Amino acid sequence: MNGPVKLIPQTPLEKMRSLVSGRAVILGTPWFWLALFFVLPFLFVLKISLSEAQLAQPPYLDWIREVEDGLVTIQLNFGNYLMLFEDELYRDALWGSFEVASISTLLCLLLGYPMAYAISLSPNHWRLPLLMLIILPFWTSFLIRVYAWIGILKGNGLLNQLLLGLGIIDTPLEILHTPVAVYIGVVYSYLPFLVLPLYATLVRLDNTLLEAAADLGARPWKQFLKVTLPQSVPGILAGSMLVFIPVMGEFVIPDLLGGPDTLMIGKLMWTEFFSNKDWPLASALASVLLLVLIIPFVLMRHYEQKVAEREQK
Amino acid sequence: MFKRYPFLFSVLLLGYAFLYLPIISLIVYSFNESRLVTVWGGFSTKWYGELVNNGPLLDAAWLSIKIGAMNATLSVVLGTLAALALVRFRNLRGHQSLGVMVTAPLVMPEIIIGLSLLLLFVAMEQLIGWPAGRGQVTILLAHVTFSMAYVTVIVQSRLAHMDRSIEEAALDLGARPVKVFFRITLPMIAPALMAGWLLAFTLSMDDLVIASFVSGPGSTTLPMVVYSSVRLGVSPQINALATIIIGVVAMAVLIAGVVLYRKEMRKQQEG
Repeated sequence: MNGPVKLIPQTPLEKMRSLVSGRAVILGTPWFWLALFFVLPFLFVLKISLSEAQLAQPPYLDWIREVEDGLVTIQLNFGNYLMLFEDELYRDALWGSFEVASISTLLCLLLGYPMAYAISLSPNHWRLPLLMLIILPFWTSFLIRVYAWIGILKGNGLLNQLLLGLGIIDTPLEILHTPVAVYIGVVYSYLPFLVLPLYATLVRLDNTLLEAAADLGARPWKQFLKVTLPQSVPGILAGSMLVFIPVMGEFVIPDLLGGPDTLMIGKLMWTEFFSNKDWPLASALASVLLLVLIIPFVLMRHYEQKVAEREQK
Repeated sequence: MFKRYPFLFSVLLLGYAFLYLPIISLIVYSFNESRLVTVWGGFSTKWYGELVNNGPLLDAAWLSIKIGAMNATLSVVLGTLAALALVRFRNLRGHQSLGVMVTAPLVMPEIIIGLSLLLLFVAMEQLIGWPAGRGQVTILLAHVTFSMAYVTVIVQSRLAHMDRSIEEAALDLGARPVKVFFRITLPMIAPALMAGWLLAFTLSMDDLVIASFVSGPGSTTLPMVVYSSVRLGVSPQINALATIIIGVVAMAVLIAGVVLYRKEMRKQQEG
């Protein structure tokens, strides 16, 4: 932190010293923790995805086996991946996840953008309490918040009671265990993830441009479309990915609110793993999902850095 | 404001209603005498009584609190180290890769983290005999891995916006870096550490998916009990539990919010 900082050690002794220096320990400890418990496990997912399921403990057949003394055989099994491509169920599940993730990201944006914008336009002393109100639900149990919707959406639940009572409908609506319920649950749970980064970009927008546009006679809607919206693109994209990526693998919401026709990859993985005890197939599904998520992840990193840079200014 | 931007502020109000109505309905129905959501059977606290006598649920809650507290403490230590490295040691080798490894758990679907860690633990047990079986330890290791990422984000933003002149002054006066860290940096980032601790605690208390993968027989956490009872339908006991959790969280956030708000206002008045 202080003194002359040597970035490239010259002698072996200096190299040794820099290896055990305080800075190296500070960076190295979390680095190794994450390498061991976050990155390394993916290699095992890949490895198991290439093995065969069997009735044993653990329920897979290792593809590197010692047959005799010192003689090792390698027997790769691509069957799991073949199955993912051939069986319609898995393709539909991947597509289902993609559909739910993209539509709910869009819905989150439609609701979250005006909210973030309104907060950023409100007076200074209002902003913190308003933001707190957005974050507060995030601190209570996710599971319980999803569960709350069961009581609201079910056949004789609150929503139907209300609508029947008001005379808007004659027969109860069937919402629980349909895709609509899944969308409600996802938007409800992930809205804060979008509002916060959006607010961070919107609150730092350059107001002089807006004033210039207003002076030149642009109408409010046009000012928004031509000035505010383009400037907030990094926030939109960073926030969207914060919703899209985890929703792709969501399990709890489709399981509790969705019906039998809600096919999503997270739910399918859970079934393959816990009910069918097919660890290799579950691993293959996980590998495919990971591969699919790399692109949005890179996008997210890129735009998050943009948002951060803007914040620094 | 409402008059100037009627549309925006209507959506804001609508959004808050959407966020809070379900929570309010849970609280109201936790005091419902009747088992049915549809019928209001009068005010009663009987579900709270049943909750207090629900042995398995209390055991699970206690286990979750224990794991949550250990997880939060470890996550704050690791997350602070990671944040320091990310903000201050930009030239050190491994800086880039640490940045990627810290961001990824924030968005990585829980189901992938859970499955991959389970496979790691199984392989480690076969290779080195540790961890022998799965339970509290494996849940803790898994929770720290994703919680520390959240702590890092919180501490990182605090460190990045921190005024470094006091640290520099102390260093100029000859204080050793370690001393500067403990006497100056740490007190200055204390609110972020507190927020990080609480967030890591709630993340752990709330995790169903990852814990389901890496737990073993005999280590059932609170979300696992809640999940299996929720799968059977609406249960007033869960409403009561939810109300308690929401009450505790709301209190904590309210206190923290008031403290933060006052500080912010004072800063604005001074500035």
